[in-house]
Amino acid sequence: MHPRFLTFVWIMTTVGLAAYLAIQISGGNRSLFLPGRTSDGHHQIELACDACHTPFGGVRQEACLECHQAELAAAEDSHAGSKFADPRNAGDLARLDVRQCITCHIEHRPEITEAMGLTLPVDFCHHCHANVVVERPTHRDMSFDTCASAGCHNYHDNRSLYEDFLVRHGNGLPATIPAALPERKAWILREGVDRLPLTAGDADRTTSATPELIDAWAGSAHASAAVACSDCHRSQGSLWADHPSDRVCGSCHELEPQGFVAGKHGMRRSADFNPMTPSQARLPMQPDSMSRTLNCGACHDVHAVNVRHAAVDACLSCHADEHSLAYSGSPHFRLWQAVLSSEGEPGSGVSCASCHLPRERRRVAGEDRIVVQHNQNANLRPNEKMIRDVCLTCHSLTLAIDALADPDLVRRNFVGLPSRHVRSIDMALSRKN
Amino acid sequence: MTHLLSNCRLWLMVAGALLTVLFGCGGNPSGGPDESVGISAKVMADALHAVMESDRTVYATRVVHRLQDQEKVIRASEHWRDDKALPLPAQMFRMGAEEASNKTDTFSYSLLSKWPINKKNAPRTEMEIAGLDRVAKDPSKPFYGRESLGGVEYFMAVYADQAVSPACVTCHNAHQDSPRNDFELGDTMGGIVIRIRLR
Ligand code: HEC
Repeated sequence: MHPRFLTFVWIMTTVGLAAYLAIQISGGNRSLFLPGRTSDGHHQIELACDACHTPFGGVRQEACLECHQAELAAAEDSHAGSKFADPRNAGDLARLDVRQCITCHIEHRPEITEAMGLTLPVDFCHHCHANVVVERPTHRDMSFDTCASAGCHNYHDNRSLYEDFLVRHGNGLPATIPAALPERKAWILREGVDRLPLTAGDADRTTSATPELIDAWAGSAHASAAVACSDCHRSQGSLWADHPSDRVCGSCHELEPQGFVAGKHGMRRSADFNPMTPSQARLPMQPDSMSRTLNCGACHDVHAVNVRHAAVDACLSCHADEHSLAYSGSPHFRLWQAVLSSEGEPGSGVSCASCHLPRERRRVAGEDRIVVQHNQNANLRPNEKMIRDVCLTCHSLTLAIDALADPDLVRRNFVGLPSRHVRSIDMALSRKN
Repeated sequence: MTHLLSNCRLWLMVAGALLTVLFGCGGNPSGGPDESVGISAKVMADALHAVMESDRTVYATRVVHRLQDQEKVIRASEHWRDDKALPLPAQMFRMGAEEASNKTDTFSYSLLSKWPINKKNAPRTEMEIAGLDRVAKDPSKPFYGRESLGGVEYFMAVYADQAVSPACVTCHNAHQDSPRNDFELGDTMGGIVIRIRLR
């Protein structure tokens, strides 16, 4: 063939390909550009490339912190970047620059991605803590790949694992004591509006409302708080909407949406994507739930706004992994049923939400409140994050640490006892005696 | 030729006059007092140390020792959040250093010791080792030096950190992780290390 013709074909192909890729990246099929499977933490927003990548600038540290900073601060991050700012750390940082998240968490590298999105060999602690065997002779027979995997230490959050905490909570307490979670004291933006409770007769509805919907609403916390049909369906004087958006919920419930969009249920919203559906999940889900939309109403039946429904039934209507399916056979579920049948004390039941959407003490507008953390991930990974606010309500630290370090027991939803014992508390106590 | 020269001179005079008008007398563009007095790294380190040592003494004596040991109102604890207690003097110092590091990298400071409770506070670089040794022998004289860390040159100074309050001594001597339990009031317990970045 004529060389000129070949050159022409080459130029045209290049131009064509470039144009095709340009179209795809600016709104077409961006998945063409994914260099490898995204981690479980980020896969839902993997097509929001610019959430992490700066054009020609790589992945900025600030991009990670934009989403994760508050959470790390709340965890009193044991390895916060500012701890390494002093130049005397140059030697350590040359081995492992822990000031950058991407030193340990690289995306799109499934072949080296471990739990928690870690992409370093799991014995990474030895880079800076090799001396621990000298400082703590109790650690002599331990290998560095067990520091963070055996229930003893976490890299970021050690609030329920530090030595004095182990000592304080490790002194011969019974494994389980009957107790109750603190009562919720929600923060509602329009609180203080002094209106009398409403009844079914007060419903300022349209003709489309069925008697069942009216009944559900009349028995709800909304009716008791004098929140009328029009407050949601015609919010701020707009036209009547049969299906108001989540924004309407957020106009009174300020904190809950903040947690929701930070967790797996709502993170797509924070990237301006359509809401998550169970079909996009990587965990096993119920087949008939696949196309449901994860908005506030997915868990909170919007008319009855029954928080007990939201705490168990709503979860199990989608989640179908082993741990979820085993819940109905668990001692936690028995406690939950006792509360439902009014045999148990209020707060003494253990629902899915008790552990995964835990009640947190927070100071809001100058007042201590108990609010539900709607980021289901906030105390889940690593699971020791759950110990302080959840497990210790009813269990000893020993049982909590042992149980959470036993993956089979977690799969069985805590039916049975831990199969092994983590020695951290014994070691801490032995040093104090 | 003379014409050209005088022309040049004229232009130079005009330009000089213009510059004087533009930048004011004395060539100080801001018109305010001249701030570039050319402080040496040593003067800066000494000044920083004066502030640090004073704050540290005030916190140890008038806050921790007074409230914990004399008035017995509140204790100081390593786990001050959980224990609803006062941060330890060393933690107070480090929190300040971290806070400052978020604002500037022109200098940095830390509290180290040859007998550290927290092993991360042991000297690491040759200069730190030499400096801590020297101030332990003669606390009245700071140790000065230069070192290169991570490819950057620093002026560094080490100042003795002394047991200014009985609280220092009691706590360190009783601490399980302290390699020394014979400190006395006035002893040198470690050193404040200040580094100034040299560009
Ligand atoms: C209530 C206990 C307590 C008191 C009071 C106290 N310290 Fe400490 N000090 C500690 C602990 C614990 C550390 C280690 C803290 C860390 O780095 O996390 C420490 C760290 C230090 C260090 C750094 C080296 C090391 O041991 O880790 C020096 C130097 C030091 N203290 C000197 C003093 C002086 C001087 C005073 C009095 C002004 C004082 N301390 C008061 C407990 C105390």
